[in-house]
Formats: sequence, C-alpha cells, structure tokens
Amino acid sequence: MPTTAAREQLDGIRSTSDSIPEADSDRISEIRRDLLGRKSGRLTRLLRSLRDLEPGERKEIGAAANLLKNQVESALEAREQILSQQTASDDEVDLTMPSRKGWRGALHPVTTVVDEICEIFREIGFTRIVGPEAETEEYNFTKLNIPLDHPAADMQDSFYLAPGVVLRTHTSPMQAHTLEQYEPPIRIVVPGTVYRRDPFDPSHSPVFEQIEGLAVDEGISFVDFKAAIDFFVARFFAKGTSVRFRPSFFPFTEPSAEVDVGCPMCSGSGCSTCKQTGFMEIMGAGMVHPAVFERCGVDAEKYTGYAFGMGPHRIAMIRHGIPDIRMLFQNDMRMLSQFVD
Amino acid sequence: MLGQTVDPKDAAERLANAVAPVDAVEPIGDELADVIVALVQEVSQHPDADRLTVCRVDTGNGIVDVVCGAPNVTAGKKYPYASVGSVLPGDFKIKKLKIRGVESNGMLCSESEVDLGSEGGGLMELSVDSSPGTSLPEALKLRDTRLAIDVNPDRPDVLCHKGIARELGASLGINPRLCQIPGAPDDTKQPVRTGSTGEIAGVTVTIEDTEGCPRYMAAAVRGVEIGPSPVWLKSRMHSIGSRSINNVVDATNYILFELNQPLHAFDLDTLGGAVVIRNAQDGETLTTLDGELRELNAGMTMICDASKPIAVGGVMGDVGSEVTNSTTNILLECAYFEPKGIRATRTALKLTTDASYRFERGTDLQGMPDALRRAVSLIIAVAGGEEAEAPIDLYPNPIGHANVFLRPARVEHLLGVEIPIQEIEDYLTSVGFAVAPKDDRLAVQVPGWRPDVTREVDLIEEVARLRGYNSFPTEMRPFRPGTVPNDGIEILKARVRTALTANGLHEVRSVSFSRTPGPDAQPILNPLSADEAFLRTDLMTGLARSVEYNWSVRERNVRLFEIGTVFRRVGKDVRPAEQFHVAGVVTGARKATHWSNSSADNDYDLWDLKFLLEETVAVCGVGNIGENESGWAVTGEDGGRLGWAMEVVCDRPEWVARVFGFEVELTLGESTVRKFRTLPNTPPVERDLALVIPDGVDVAETETVMQEAAGPFLESVVIFDEYRTEGIGGRSVAWHLIFRAPGKTLRDRDADHAVKRIVETLEKKLDVRLRQA
Ligand SMILES: [Zn+2]
Repeated sequence: MPTTAAREQLDGIRSTSDSIPEADSDRISEIRRDLLGRKSGRLTRLLRSLRDLEPGERKEIGAAANLLKNQVESALEAREQILSQQTASDDEVDLTMPSRKGWRGALHPVTTVVDEICEIFREIGFTRIVGPEAETEEYNFTKLNIPLDHPAADMQDSFYLAPGVVLRTHTSPMQAHTLEQYEPPIRIVVPGTVYRRDPFDPSHSPVFEQIEGLAVDEGISFVDFKAAIDFFVARFFAKGTSVRFRPSFFPFTEPSAEVDVGCPMCSGSGCSTCKQTGFMEIMGAGMVHPAVFERCGVDAEKYTGYAFGMGPHRIAMIRHGIPDIRMLFQNDMRMLSQFVD
Repeated sequence: MLGQTVDPKDAAERLANAVAPVDAVEPIGDELADVIVALVQEVSQHPDADRLTVCRVDTGNGIVDVVCGAPNVTAGKKYPYASVGSVLPGDFKIKKLKIRGVESNGMLCSESEVDLGSEGGGLMELSVDSSPGTSLPEALKLRDTRLAIDVNPDRPDVLCHKGIARELGASLGINPRLCQIPGAPDDTKQPVRTGSTGEIAGVTVTIEDTEGCPRYMAAAVRGVEIGPSPVWLKSRMHSIGSRSINNVVDATNYILFELNQPLHAFDLDTLGGAVVIRNAQDGETLTTLDGELRELNAGMTMICDASKPIAVGGVMGDVGSEVTNSTTNILLECAYFEPKGIRATRTALKLTTDASYRFERGTDLQGMPDALRRAVSLIIAVAGGEEAEAPIDLYPNPIGHANVFLRPARVEHLLGVEIPIQEIEDYLTSVGFAVAPKDDRLAVQVPGWRPDVTREVDLIEEVARLRGYNSFPTEMRPFRPGTVPNDGIEILKARVRTALTANGLHEVRSVSFSRTPGPDAQPILNPLSADEAFLRTDLMTGLARSVEYNWSVRERNVRLFEIGTVFRRVGKDVRPAEQFHVAGVVTGARKATHWSNSSADNDYDLWDLKFLLEETVAVCGVGNIGENESGWAVTGEDGGRLGWAMEVVCDRPEWVARVFGFEVELTLGESTVRKFRTLPNTPPVERDLALVIPDGVDVAETETVMQEAAGPFLESVVIFDEYRTEGIGGRSVAWHLIFRAPGKTLRDRDADHAVKRIVETLEKKLDVRLRQA
C-alpha cells in the first residue's frame, strides 16, 4: 500500500473519530465496528497493512495510527459513559446530590477591611501608598512632634532594631515622608503593619495593621475633616450608624479627636462589646499640628490639613464578632475558610 | 465644688464630649451595703476565754449576741455590724459561728474590715446620731458615684477634682468653688518670696538644683497630733479608692487629688536644721518608703537634710524622715519639679508614684501658694497644731503667666465655621484663660494649670472642644485631587491575591518575628521573647508552621498564602532592607471531595506547584523560571534570585500528604501594554506525535528543537501524555501539534512535511525517536 493511501486512510479515520462526542449509542456501536472491528475495522486493517510500507514510512504512520487507536478507544469509552448516564430517566436523577465544588480561597478578613476602607477614601480622592516598617526615631517620633522625653512617647512602647531605629509604632511616619516628598494638595491613605511592645492577649498583639490618612491643602478645615470621616462611616458601617467626635490627644494633631460610632452589636443600647457605652472607638484623628508641617518643611500658615488612623484588626474583630485578636494570626483553615465570598 | 448635685451619667457625657472619656461610672457604698450601725447594750466576759467578750447588740431589728475579741468594745457605743449571711469588702462572708461554746450572731467590725482605714486592732467607733439598723453607707454619707476618667497625657489639669469641676462648670455655666474644710482656721499666713534660699522654723532651705526644681515652698506646722482622720476625710479617701493612713498623710493626698499639687510632709525635728535641693551624685543611695534601697545618679533631683538624702525629689521620700505617730512638728514641702527630669528619674528608678505621675505631666507653677495654704489649713483642721511662721517661697527665677495670641480669623480658617469673637472669649474664660483684645487679635493669658497651651492652635482646639466637636457641620466641600500617585505595589499585591484565592488558597497574616538567627537576620534589641528575637527573612518558615498547626487540629487539606514584608540586616545601626514577598503552600486534596470523583491521585503534586509558581510569576511580570536540583528557581533579568518552588520538608504525621511551597519577591516590573493579535481566519491542521525521549534529554530542549525544525507554521505544541516503560530506551511523551498558516489554508502535505522535518532533526540532534508501534 502506498504511503499517500495510508495517510488518506488516517485522515478518514480521524474525521470519523471526531464525530464520536456527538454520536448516539447506535452510532457508537457502528463506529466501533467500522474502525476497530477485528476483521474489517478500518483502523485494524491499517495497522495490519503497515508491514507493506517502506521502513521509514512504516515508523511514522505506525506511530500516528497507534496514537489514533488510543484516542478512538478512550473517546468511545467516554461517550458511552455519558450516554449510559443519560439513559437513566430524569426522575431517577437525585438532584439533591451535592454539587461538584472547586476550592475557593478567601482573603484575610483584615485585608478585606483594609481594601474596603481604601476604596471608600478613593471615592473622595485619596490615593493608596505604602512605606517602610523600620523607621528612624526621627520619622516615627520627632517629626511628628512626639518628643522622646514626653509621656506621649509612652503611649507607643517600641521595638528597637538599633539605637535610633525602631519598628514603626504607627503608619504616621508616612505623613512626614509624604509632606517632604510631595507638594500639596496631598490626599493619601497608607495601610501597613505597625509594631507595639505589647505581649499577645485577647485584645493586644505586638504586630497589627493600621491605616493612616492625610489630606493637606490650602483651606482644609475641621468641617472638611468631619465631612470626610462622616462619609467614610456612612459607607463602611450599617445604614444609620451614628458618629461621635470627642476631644483627644495626639502630638501630631491639634485639635485632636477620637471618633466613635454607634456600637454595631447593640445599635447603641449598650452591651458587653461596647462596655455599656453604646459606642465603639474606631479612629484617632485631627487637624495636622502646625509643628508637623514646620518639621517637614511645609508652610504651616498657608496649608492646613487633617489626618486619621484606624486599626483594621480591631475593625475586623468588631465586624465579624471575632473574640480574640490572636485568631487573626493563627492561620487556621477552619477559620479562614469562613471568609470565602 | 459646683454647689449643686450633678447626675453622674450626664457629667460623664459632658466630660467625654469636652475633655476626656469616662471609663467607668461606679456607685460607691454598695460594697458596704450589708453593714449597719449597731448599738452595744451590754458587754460581758466570755465564760471560756479571757480575751473574748460576749456583747448584747441592738441591730435595730432585734437583739443578738455577738462574740467579740476587740479590747475597745464598750457598752453604750455604736459600731459597724455585719449580720450572719452578709458580705464584707473582699468577699468576706459572715457565718454563724460557735466560739468556744458561745454562739456568735454576726460581727462587729474594725475600720480595716470595712475598708475605711488601716486600724484593725479595735472596733471602729461610730460617733453618729443614726439609730441602730441604719446602713453604714447612709450613716457615714459614703454613698456617692465614682467616675474613672481616662485623662490624656497633655491635660494634667484634669488629674484633680478642681480641674474636673472647672470643666464641668464651663459646660454647666457654673463657677466652681473649693469646698469648706470643717474646722479649718479662718486664714493662713501669706508665704514670703525669697531667692534660692530661705529659713523657716529653724530650717534653712536651699535650692542648688534650680533647673530640676525651679520653685520650692515650705510651711511649718507645730504641735500636730498624728492620728486617725475624721470620718469625713476617711470617707473622701474611700471615695477615691484610697485607704486612709493617718490625718497628715490623708491631708496631703487630699490636696493632691483636689488641686493636683503633690506635697511631702517631713518630720521637722529630724532634719537637723537644713533642707537642700540638689543634684544627686552617682552612687548615692536612699531607702524609699516602699522599702527598696535605691541607687541614684547625677541628674536626679534629691532632697537632703543637714546630713543625708531624705527624698528623691518629686518621686518618693526616704523612710527615715517620714512623719510617724510621734511626730509633732512637720515641714510641709510644696514644690515644682521639672517634668523631663522627673521622667528621666522615674524611668531610671522604675518607680512611678502619684506624685511623679503629676510632676511628669506638669503641675501648676502659679497655683503653688494657694495649694500650700490650703494644705496647711487642712492639716490644722484634721491634726491640730499651728502655723508658727509664714511659709517660705523659694523662687529664684520667677516665671510669669504665658501669653498666647489668637487671631479670630485663624479660628475660622482652621475650624471652617465663623465663631463670633465674644463666643471665643467666653469659651476661653470659662476654663480660666484671661482674654484681652489687642488690635485684631486676642491676647490670651494661660493659667498655670495648662502647661499644654503654648501656641495659637492650642487655643483653637480649646474653642473647638468647648463649642463641642459635634456642633460643627459635616458638609462635604470641594477638594482638589492630590499629587501623590497610587503605589503600583499595592495594585500588584491585589492582583496576586486575586490569582491565588482563585486557585483555592486562603490568605494568612503571620507575625513578622522569627526565632532563627543568621547573617541576614535583623535582631530586635528588646524582643518580647527569644521566639521573637529576629525579624523574618522569609515567609515560608511561618507558613510551614501554620501547616503544622493545621495538622495539629486534624486538618489534612491546607492551602495558604501570605503577602508580607521580609527583612535583611544590612549593617550595624542602620535600617534593615525591606522587601515584599509572596509565598504559598499547598498540601492534601487538590479538589474538594465529590461523590463522582475517584479518590485516587487527588492530592497536590509538583505540577500543581509549578502552575502556582507560573501564575504568580506571570502576575508579577518579572522573572524567569528555571529548574534546579530541588525544584524551580525564579531569576531576574540580572540573574539575581527572585524566588523558588519545591517540596517543603515538614515533620509529617502518617496521615498527611506531601507539602509543596513557593516564595517569590514582589517586584514591580515595567508595565507593558499588550498588543492585540489578529484572530486566525484559516483552519488549523493537527497532528499527534509520540516520541521516545532518551534519559538525559528533557522536554524543554525537545520542544526548542521542534520549534526550530518545524518551520513557520507550527502554532502550538501541547504534551498530552507521558509514560515510562521498560525496554524502549527512555520515556514516551506524546505531543499534540497545531499547524496554521496565516492567510492561506495549510495543506495536509505541508503539515506532514513539517512533522517529518521535526522527527528527523530530533533524531539527529537529541536522539529522540518516534515511538514504535
Ligand atoms: Zn454595644
């Protein structure tokens, strides 16, 4: 048999086999007989006739024919299986049998909180940046108007890496870096990991996430600050959540404020989560202290601004009712898989 | 002080909105609710014990017998009484007892038993008119409410009751007044101002360390009688959660809590005629009141008498000079210590006291004379004695009130709301600022108790908080977009997260500490524990530990990834290098269990890992994947290592599966815009090719040769099978090839020729041959 004939046969067989996925069961038997029949099957015969070919041709055609035989066999098998399932009449299929599920991964609940917060502020013009976790005392404290010999520095017990080098105790150093690097208007949010020398307990961790926000321009006022925070709360928390601004103290803001929202657990009537106050503290904030502008080379008379800081770990705990912050670091599959959305 | 009763909840709300949050509103007196006033009618000797008496006690609700061990029990007097079943402070429950054969119904109490003093030896005599049966908190007027206020570090003025009253007064429109002290003298002597030295009651007082102690006042009271405080003072001590010690100590504590002025009472007769305030010398020691021997250093301010140290200035006194029960003459110190010095001292000594806490935050330099005079009259009222001579006031370099200018226009500029000048003035004067208009500004005199107010913006904060933050509108006004661009690394992280969660991996966040030292590991100078002594240099160590944790809770299928910072030490005294990494780990079933699946061969393997690595590298857009002995390595353009993937060695229990992990640096690549490729409009020609690959040849090089030999029309090659069997001289790998020619229909013959060229070239170059039938 000439090679071209063999090739043509192969092509013919291939095109027959291509029709297998659509064939009904009669047609399947027919194809099986036609291609693989022990005596007159086309493929059987082709394989048998290989010995008549030139050695070089024989090798090539033979390999292709063998491969094709495997494919035809498995295609027939697969089609038969599908057909046999279809033959079972519809009322015999138990549709309560479980679906075929794929694994789906979840974002960490803290990531979700961070992303949502940044997204909301993006709507009012805030871009998202990050900064280093190891900082000099100068950026972590001094430039932010926190003298190292003032009780305010006690609020943030720090890990030291070298004399004058700390793991940042807040994301606020990025206020200083940004003020030095960019001209106002500045509108940024800065998520990132921060460190405090607090041992682990149900509500403390030496490592946690923080989001810093900073808006600086000519003519930004306390009203703009309140409006931005109000906008955020309205977007992030349940409809109708109340907001309360209280005086507070941060060396890098003046006036300083603590922002409370109506407790999401009890809607303000008082429960153990909010210690009966009906409110939850969600952020520290305020108008940028002119001393910070001065230390970062910004004209404090011309520019004003506001800054805020939030703790996504705490917010995630409140939001999901997670009782112990350590669970957010335990990496337990049984917990993480609850946050697949 | 406000001259009216204030609802505690309302007060707490007002304070939270204007000053500082209230952590707790606690009723006082409840802990003594079970204790009543009882009258002892008759005292008789216990039949069986010399030291015990049996008392007939009128409880107002019947007469009972009580066995009593106190020597001072006297018929006809009233004492606190706790009946059977009642509970005393400290959760002490009273039971019915038989004491040496005599039944005792309840207990008569000493002052320490009812938490009203330190005297525990005898019963607490009650000189009150209340009839038996009256509850003790009523009889002693203990019932009150305690507010625990969380004071910010910049507001020392509200660490005392007068400061709180001032703030509440401002909110309620009341001008607070200090309470009358029962039995106080009509007047006390006006202090006499001197330079750095002065004399009082035969004691020469000298400030040498005028930096650490710029002002030192001293009063002398002779003829005091140290003893228990009167009931009103005891109950005041009780209400601030402090225990009554004796009349003089209670008096100084009272002033500390009332006016925020710490005081120190020395036994005048032990001073040897001199008090010197000087710098300590390195190595000097004294034994503080808590019984600890303290070593001082230069820079600390020390109070000495004629011969020895008697106090660490502003922190704590020495045991030797304290007022004792036999003291009759006292020297009362009222000083100002420099906050920074106090902070350094208490940090070095690891000793924080009520006094140091206040000095560190700044006491009222201007208010000292008033505080001292009130202290003197309080001591005379509760301990007797008289003021022999006028107090001395050592103030070598007097500092006047601070003045700060305020521009009303700046108030509006910063707060965004126009506030009338009169309103601004009213807010400021309501909390003690003195305001005088000057040109178009306000000259504001800052009271001594407000060391935090030093510049205009501090006054603007005063206006804002006194007006009430919540009174400002929340109106969104136009803004300009910023100049800072989004950081691309955050966008990259989000894309990696999407890719890996889509592949079933859960995101985790681990602590960035490590216990493993190494040349690259950045040590922490003050770690919390040895397990957290370094910063992590990779993420995989933490992930592997998380896998083991999940095994420990019987979870076989673990799929985790983390994006986080790793650190590399680059030298002494400098910041470590930081780099974001992404790492992932998978083990166990690669698919969720389904009834239609066969369970065999369902666990993650190397090929799943290779895909995860490829996905990650593709998302990053930086790095090439190559093979090495243990798995795969990712290298950058410059050949530097960016990551790896391999089977992770863990200490595996029997029932778990193999663990596969990867870790890659997150580096921002050049962002390239993808160009659209025209969709093919000609049919493909497909061929399958089964080859035998000899040992030592890999499919990557085979495919390279294939591509080269195929000519221009080979569109794609996909491996769809591999098997190894004896006797074929290698392994068999099967490819599916697709040929296509743009713009023309490729003929079968063209494809066949290409396949033929491929086979011949492979055989020649790599000894890769067609699989025999
Ligand atoms: Zn609540």
